Amino acid sequence: MSDILVSERSEPGADGSGRPSGRLLEVDDLRVEFRTRDGVAKVINGVTYHVDAGETLAVLGESGSGKSVTAQTIMGILDTPPGFVTGGQVRFHGKDMLTMSAEERRRIRGEGIAMIFQDALSALNPVFTVGFQIAEQFRIRRGMSRSDAKKRSIEMLDLVKIPNAKGRFNAYPHQFSGGMRQRAMIAMSLALDPEVLIADEPTTALDVTVQAQIMDLLAELQRERQMGLILITHDLGVVADVADRIAVMYAGRIVEEADVHELYEKPGHPYTLGLLNSIPRIDEKGQQLRTIKGLPPSLLNIPSGCPFHPRCPMVQPVCREKVPPLLQLGGTRASACHFAEEVVNRD
Amino acid sequence: MGRYLLRRLLQLIPVFIGTTFFIFVLVWAVPGDPFAGKCGDRRCPDAYVDFMTDKYKLDQNIFVQYGSYMKNLLQGDFGETFGGRSINEIVVNAYPNTLKLALVALAVEALIGLTAGVLTGLKRNGFLDNLVLVSTLFLIALPTFVTGFVLQWLLGVKWGIAPVTVSSDVSFTELLVPGFVLGSTSMAYIARLARTSIAENRRGDYVRTAIAKGLPMRRVVGVHLLRNSMIPVITFLGTDLGALMGGSVVTEGIFNINGIGREVFRAIITKEGATVVSIVVILVLVYLLMNLLIDLLYAALDPRIRYE
Ligand SMILES: Nc1ncnc2c1ncn2[C@@H]1O[C@H](COP(=O)(O)OP(=O)(O)OP(=O)(O)O)[C@@H](O)[C@H]1O
Ligand code: SF4
Ligand SMILES: [Mg+2]
Repeated sequence: MSDILVSERSEPGADGSGRPSGRLLEVDDLRVEFRTRDGVAKVINGVTYHVDAGETLAVLGESGSGKSVTAQTIMGILDTPPGFVTGGQVRFHGKDMLTMSAEERRRIRGEGIAMIFQDALSALNPVFTVGFQIAEQFRIRRGMSRSDAKKRSIEMLDLVKIPNAKGRFNAYPHQFSGGMRQRAMIAMSLALDPEVLIADEPTTALDVTVQAQIMDLLAELQRERQMGLILITHDLGVVADVADRIAVMYAGRIVEEADVHELYEKPGHPYTLGLLNSIPRIDEKGQQLRTIKGLPPSLLNIPSGCPFHPRCPMVQPVCREKVPPLLQLGGTRASACHFAEEVVNRD
Repeated sequence: MGRYLLRRLLQLIPVFIGTTFFIFVLVWAVPGDPFAGKCGDRRCPDAYVDFMTDKYKLDQNIFVQYGSYMKNLLQGDFGETFGGRSINEIVVNAYPNTLKLALVALAVEALIGLTAGVLTGLKRNGFLDNLVLVSTLFLIALPTFVTGFVLQWLLGVKWGIAPVTVSSDVSFTELLVPGFVLGSTSMAYIARLARTSIAENRRGDYVRTAIAKGLPMRRVVGVHLLRNSMIPVITFLGTDLGALMGGSVVTEGIFNINGIGREVFRAIITKEGATVVSIVVILVLVYLLMNLLIDLLYAALDPRIRYE
């Protein structure tokens, strides 16, 4: 496997030039910083990923790696201030959303790209009924009458398998169980039939048994509607079943991107390797869990060179000086490590 | 809901009795002879003293006095002043004026305070925000009589665009300036309360969700944000009605409004205990009922709150 092709990433459109690529949604060299009292936190430092129709991209990474901030920037719900986009593009159907008018961008929300959040209890408005919050979209965005909107909303609640949808229409979010609330959230996000759905840790707040049900539901709806799904998670276990591709984030960068099976079989970055090793395996029961040593870097002061170098078991002198670019590793995968080939070919 | 209401109404009874008794004791415990100066320079005739003593049970202990007073009160009789004027008449004449004044004040403070609070809460640290912060600080720091006299002189005397004093009709337009004066301090508090509440809720996850749904900004703010942010403000407004009515004495004095503030003031000076108690008792009732109303409203605004 020494003939792995190493080349600068040069997919059309993914090079910061803004040329159309025919892709559904692409984040291109995105940069975001938070200007806080403690200083400037460089939270997103050149993130590039994309998702096409009918495809599931899992975005993986430790807490604080910038998964949610990337999603918030795509949706246009970044807290500004303190958050500022300092570079890059977010293209939907080839058009940069960061430079279009506020009105144009608003129309994409819900209809083009929708989002579901981790904590459905706080994401739903506590003082309005679930039905109201779903029907609202049909009324405001589609101009439907109250009764039509209600009918469509009940259909949506049925779609996400909420029992007795008609009766639940007038219930408030706090009257739902956690799983039901997340189902309602999914119903709400799918109301306008979006092309892309971003799910930011949709199951983290739920019981384990409910987690699986919600993931199944999401996967099923994604397949039926041929949506592009961006699934944000730090749970590697969930990913294997549902994702087509995986993008691994570290300190505001994509450090590896690959098809699921390739990545699981032969990770191309020491960080990914560490993540995979940290999943407890059945045959390792009782053994100590292998975790990545050290803590994620402070984003106020990101390490020089490769940001992972203070924690990397394979670190070399060059790693402290040169930032490894995200390089194509042949096929469909890319890694941002000076020694990507060695990682893939280890053993 | 029905049971809750009944329980709350029943709870009002001991509170009502407690507060009114307290006021009763305070008023009648004011040292001094209630007949002093009532009959010109001379001592009052014995027949008159005997009659009033009997009517108000002045020779009995305070509990008997209170009991007899409450008995009459429950029959709708507030009694008479020592001069023989019907207190019912005083109450009927004065209360509507004060209520009108307080309602105008409430409307003014809600309208201006809320607008200022919402606008500054949405856009903090701008010019408007600083303007509102400084002016509200000003209003909070200034005593009502200063705001009152300054506005009366400026608007009424110097520029002549508002009546200097209020006529005996007490129309709502005449009450605009006095209402503003009376409500000015609360207005400042409301502006700040609304500002904080909006700014806090603006970062709320559910606001993000509303934006992510592609709703127009107008609707995100006007429906989703406002409804949640208004809960503390409405509570404040509700309890403020009683406070405004009770605190109207200075404003009524400045603008010559014949309201309860002036009547109470006069009654205290002339030791008309029965008048003072009557007016204050109604005020207590207003407070208690408004409180109940606010609790009901609170639950209507926030479905997470249940009547228990
Ligand atoms: N509103 C904000 N103000 C300041 N810093 C913020 C803000 N939102 C996010 N950050 C910072 O940005 C960084 C990335 O946060 P983000 O929420 O994207 O992480 P994440 O990868 O989603 O983590 P998690 O798995 O915990 O959700 C964090 O260090 C966080 O402190
Ligand atoms: S570049 Fe160096 S430090 Fe960074 S992951 Fe690769 S080996 Fe480790
Ligand atoms: Mg997150």
